[in-house]
Amino acid sequence: MSYLLHQLLDRSAEAFPTHIAVEESASGSMTYAQLAQLSDRVRDRLIHLGVKPGDRVGIMAHKSADTLASLFGIMKAGAAYVPVDPTAPAERNAYIFQNCSVRAVVVEQDYLPRLQAEFAATGFQPHLIAIAGTGAGRPLREALDGLDGVDRAAPTASVRVDSSDLAYILYTSGSTGRPKGVMLSHANAAAFIDWCSSVFAPEHSDRFSSHAPFHFDLSILDIYVSIKHGATLVLVEEGLGKDPVRLAPWISQKRISVWYSVPSILGLMAQFGKLDQHDYSALRLILFAGEVFPIKHLRQLKSLVPGPRYFNLYGPTETNVCTWHEVPRTIPENQAEPVPIGRTCSSCHALVVDADGREVARGREGELCISGGTVMQGYWNLPEQTKNAFLTGRDGRWYRTGDIVVERPDGGFQYLGRRDRMVKKRGFRIELGEIEAALYRHPQVKEAAVVALPSEDGVRIKAFVSTSGGERISIIALKTFCSEHVPLYMVPDVFEQREALPKTSTDKIDYQSLMRA
Amino acid sequence: MSPEEIKSTVRTHILAEFLPGEDPAALTDSTPLVSTGILDSIAVLGLVTYLESKFGITLEAHETDAQHLNTLTDIARLVQSKLSAA
Repeated sequence: MSYLLHQLLDRSAEAFPTHIAVEESASGSMTYAQLAQLSDRVRDRLIHLGVKPGDRVGIMAHKSADTLASLFGIMKAGAAYVPVDPTAPAERNAYIFQNCSVRAVVVEQDYLPRLQAEFAATGFQPHLIAIAGTGAGRPLREALDGLDGVDRAAPTASVRVDSSDLAYILYTSGSTGRPKGVMLSHANAAAFIDWCSSVFAPEHSDRFSSHAPFHFDLSILDIYVSIKHGATLVLVEEGLGKDPVRLAPWISQKRISVWYSVPSILGLMAQFGKLDQHDYSALRLILFAGEVFPIKHLRQLKSLVPGPRYFNLYGPTETNVCTWHEVPRTIPENQAEPVPIGRTCSSCHALVVDADGREVARGREGELCISGGTVMQGYWNLPEQTKNAFLTGRDGRWYRTGDIVVERPDGGFQYLGRRDRMVKKRGFRIELGEIEAALYRHPQVKEAAVVALPSEDGVRIKAFVSTSGGERISIIALKTFCSEHVPLYMVPDVFEQREALPKTSTDKIDYQSLMRA
Repeated sequence: MSPEEIKSTVRTHILAEFLPGEDPAALTDSTPLVSTGILDSIAVLGLVTYLESKFGITLEAHETDAQHLNTLTDIARLVQSKLSAA
């Protein structure tokens, strides 16, 4: 019998009311009882505003106890939460909210004017709950007090939606230039959370890191596995999360026991964090996902912090984690290939197919397809893309990951590469086409082509552009323009301007020759 | 060392390391570096290492955020304060 995600909070609030549910790096903490109560107030306000089961509600605020209470409150109102990166361009966030027609948005005051300006331009008018900042739930509580002072929201009960209803929509980069919304139900998340419970044996005494932002699917493990087991979720705010020098001592001081992040920050901590100077005796699990961990840095990390067990988790947002691999105690010095993505989780099934969708012989490479309880409901309002995301002509729903793998003799999978133009940079998923679409919006750009080049620490994004009149655009101007249209992690690292871009015999941009340039 | 000398040294470094091919005049004292993605988080780490070795200073972790390093003026101010405190 599946459950609703917010029931996990209410159950833990009953079992451990005075235990710390969430701790912020600077501002303070909230107990389970306080977090549950604040999320109830968000629910009451949303229902008062007319939010109905099946609606969507946006969140545009920094990661904090306030945002955590908001997302539980949204689900308690029967709606799905739509979290966005508050620092991403307002235009992109407004697009997302309008795309899934949110009924309301919980928004931090600092971002309100630009969001309102974007909405005003299109006539879209969701309810806005403005909070003056974030920190230990106080700004959210004050905002709700203020609203109650004018027009009191009566206490209600949490809405009983079905576990097959949507819990959240996570927007990822879209190849056509606009982000697309991955729809996940309560049951999808529950299938993954329960798998985590069986494999990682979380305990009430655990202290989970929350490194990933809430709009990133790694947050699902952090938030719900921690809350389910009555553990403490310790939030890493954004600036700290990118800074290996400050983060390395922080993990030790906060006595984190379960760490989960993209590999890049772990690799940076191995290089810059002076890890041998800190006490990591509390740390029992290091989980990583989102991109390939360069083996050199993983080996370095394991030798500096040998105590915990290490797991490589694999899976796109559309399936959440679907394969896993425990990294052995020692990685041979001569091993050059990355660790495998491993075997299929008990929550799903895997199939490797060729370009025609036929199952390949064992040991042959092909595209990994996944079915099972964690697989998404589809992309919001994109029936064609949803249909194309699944294998056709086969029983069951098999999501095509786009990842090329080979099954190893031991039964685990090795990741080999992509079949399309999606790349991972520091764990962020990037469709090169979305960057090109942004560049094409520049009035002087005539042609744009973006490629990903391998580098020691992952990939470098390189953009080639030509202009209509052949005039030069400064690199700074191009970077600044990009930063206004796509998130910072998508801004190309390198630009090269050409009179014209090379073409193939069919007059398409010749990416192969640009890759060699 | 004067703020102008610091800016000129750092400008040359940033142009060579992160903006190859850029017109030097396009990088002004007030060009935002971090908020525009000219320097990403890894580039900032590299810049901090460079500043420490070039100017013989030590930067505390809280001094290396975007707020202190966003423009050449900010960087020169930070380096200057470290040099005069030494």
